[in-house]
Amino acid sequence: MSALYRKEFKSYFNNMTGWVVIAFLLFIAGIFVNAVNLNGKYPGFEVSLGSMGFVMMFVVPILTMRSLAEERATKTDQLLFSLPMSVTKMVLAKYFAMLSVFAIPLGIMALYPLFLLLYGSVNLITAYSALIGYFLLGAALIAIGLFVSSLTESIVISAVVTFGAMLLCNLMSGLANMVPNTSIASFIAFTIVIFVLGYLIYSMTKNYWLAFFCGCVAEAVLLGIYIFNRTAFVGSFADVMKWLSLFDRINTFIYSRMFDITSIVYYISVAALFVFLTSQSVDRRRWN
Amino acid sequence: MIQVRNLTKKYGPNTVVKGLTFTIEKGRIYGFLGPNGAGKTTTLNMLTGCLAPTEGEIIINGHDIYEEPEEAKRSIGYLPEQPPLYMDMTPYEYLCFVAEAKGVDRAEVDEAVRHVMEETHILEMAGRLIKNLSKGYRQRVGIAQAMLGNPDLIILDEPTVGLDPKQIIEIRELIARLGENHTVLLSSHILAEVSAICDYVMIISNGRLVAADTLENIRRSQIKENSVTVTARAPQDKIEEVLDKIDGIVKYDMTAVPSVDEVWDVVIDVDEGIDIRERLFTEFAAAGVPLRKLSSAEPSLEEVFLQLTSEDRAARGYDIFDEVLGSGTQTDADTEDEEADAFPGYDIGDGKDEENNGDDDFDDGGDEDDDYYVPMFRKTADEDEGDDEE
Repeated sequence: MSALYRKEFKSYFNNMTGWVVIAFLLFIAGIFVNAVNLNGKYPGFEVSLGSMGFVMMFVVPILTMRSLAEERATKTDQLLFSLPMSVTKMVLAKYFAMLSVFAIPLGIMALYPLFLLLYGSVNLITAYSALIGYFLLGAALIAIGLFVSSLTESIVISAVVTFGAMLLCNLMSGLANMVPNTSIASFIAFTIVIFVLGYLIYSMTKNYWLAFFCGCVAEAVLLGIYIFNRTAFVGSFADVMKWLSLFDRINTFIYSRMFDITSIVYYISVAALFVFLTSQSVDRRRWN
Repeated sequence: MIQVRNLTKKYGPNTVVKGLTFTIEKGRIYGFLGPNGAGKTTTLNMLTGCLAPTEGEIIINGHDIYEEPEEAKRSIGYLPEQPPLYMDMTPYEYLCFVAEAKGVDRAEVDEAVRHVMEETHILEMAGRLIKNLSKGYRQRVGIAQAMLGNPDLIILDEPTVGLDPKQIIEIRELIARLGENHTVLLSSHILAEVSAICDYVMIISNGRLVAADTLENIRRSQIKENSVTVTARAPQDKIEEVLDKIDGIVKYDMTAVPSVDEVWDVVIDVDEGIDIRERLFTEFAAAGVPLRKLSSAEPSLEEVFLQLTSEDRAARGYDIFDEVLGSGTQTDADTEDEEADAFPGYDIGDGKDEENNGDDDFDDGGDEDDDYYVPMFRKTADEDEGDDEE
């Protein structure tokens, strides 16, 4: 596993990818720190960081698009499969390599509050807790990108779909505000989600009855709740969407200045879930 | 060393590999032969853990590849059809990565990599990027990769495809050298290659193993006992006179041997089940006609391959051209075949259908016929096991 990790990490610097990611993040960070902290004479480094959420939409696809899609396109995945290494370890090695590349610009950015300290008082705790939150946001998004990359052998499709997923995550809370709040609207929306999930189960297992059964159970539960406690549905779909919004959670670190354990657990869970899904998706390809 | 039992792979409704069973013993070079699309690559991918079989088991050095994959894979070096190379790396970096991933000690990586690079003659390319290497060199880097970690078994999937003749010869020599210290399983659809390097051949057709033995035995098994070739020195009418006395001859063709007077090659077709070789000898001797040569017709490797892989035709035991040209040589297998009896005149079309759709149920009859033609396959595999133990 460590061999693959080192090889992956190096490969980001054998081509442009690693350099582009680092340069882009540092460039944008430089602009915001310059504008907010230096020109604006404001000591809160976390606020500059808070403006940088959108950068992820570009950085994550660049970082993750090749990870598994390229292995599949060039058939180098056959080498990895024939090595004495489990699929989970292979996926983890790739994931940690990407995290390491992502950590480099953040490590450099960790120096900025110290520079600011030379010219005034800076709250280092909030600055660094925001940086940790930002890193974990990245970790969760990179796991999503890795998963998308495992679904296709086209690097372009991988990049575009990952970008779309990032965009959706970013706009999620905005969309949530546009969703109708009535209980019947939420009910319909959840029903659609159940259909989509049912189809996903079918496409993964090719088992029509399993998908049908899961869908029926979920729909029955939904209907039961709807009949007995209709008020619970008021605005609930919008709440779920907000809950799913990865980008919003970083704001607790930045504007509320809290080291939010819930969000940290949330980010780590999302990352773990998508790494798990990735190894499942890679493993599944050997079976059909 | 490797035991494969009832290996089956289905892609949706298509069965690509149908119940392969074979054993690979230590210290030989195995050829895995079959026409394009026969299921060679699929089988090799399953052997190396790149693909999961639908049914069956693969045991490598006592470890099931799906239950203890890491232990099992340690015994295998695999070069897939397309060498799995990272274009942005140099061969040295790449091989170091593979060596470490295969669990070679960090301290010994450099030495191990140098050793395989020497063996495969790529030392002078060690520092170039793989994307700048020619196909021949890439192939060698791929083979070097498979050799790392000193696996017992090296599996090479069509290692000489797309190389020029000089490179092909070099790669073959390399494989022969590999065979001295490793067991090698080599897939190919090039007969000359297999006959040049391999000790033992497995022929696969339509996802089925149709023969597994040494080349010599396979060839011998395909000898048509009902055809004898004779070279005799006598006037044509005298030879005809002798032959007409012998019972059981269906027909014979005589061709004069060029530039020698009164020497004739005679190909004699005989009823199935009759060995007329000794009779021929005594009759020709009694007539005072000198025999220069007497042999059962021995097929070339190409003929054997075609016969085994176009299973329906082979199983029925008649040549498609005989049917088309109407030369009237009906062999016994034809008359034994119920299907052929039921649909006289449709045999050729039937055979093609069967070949194309590869339908399981439909092939059942063909199975028996395979056994008829290659009766020694499973038996000899067992015998070989016994031999090795001695």
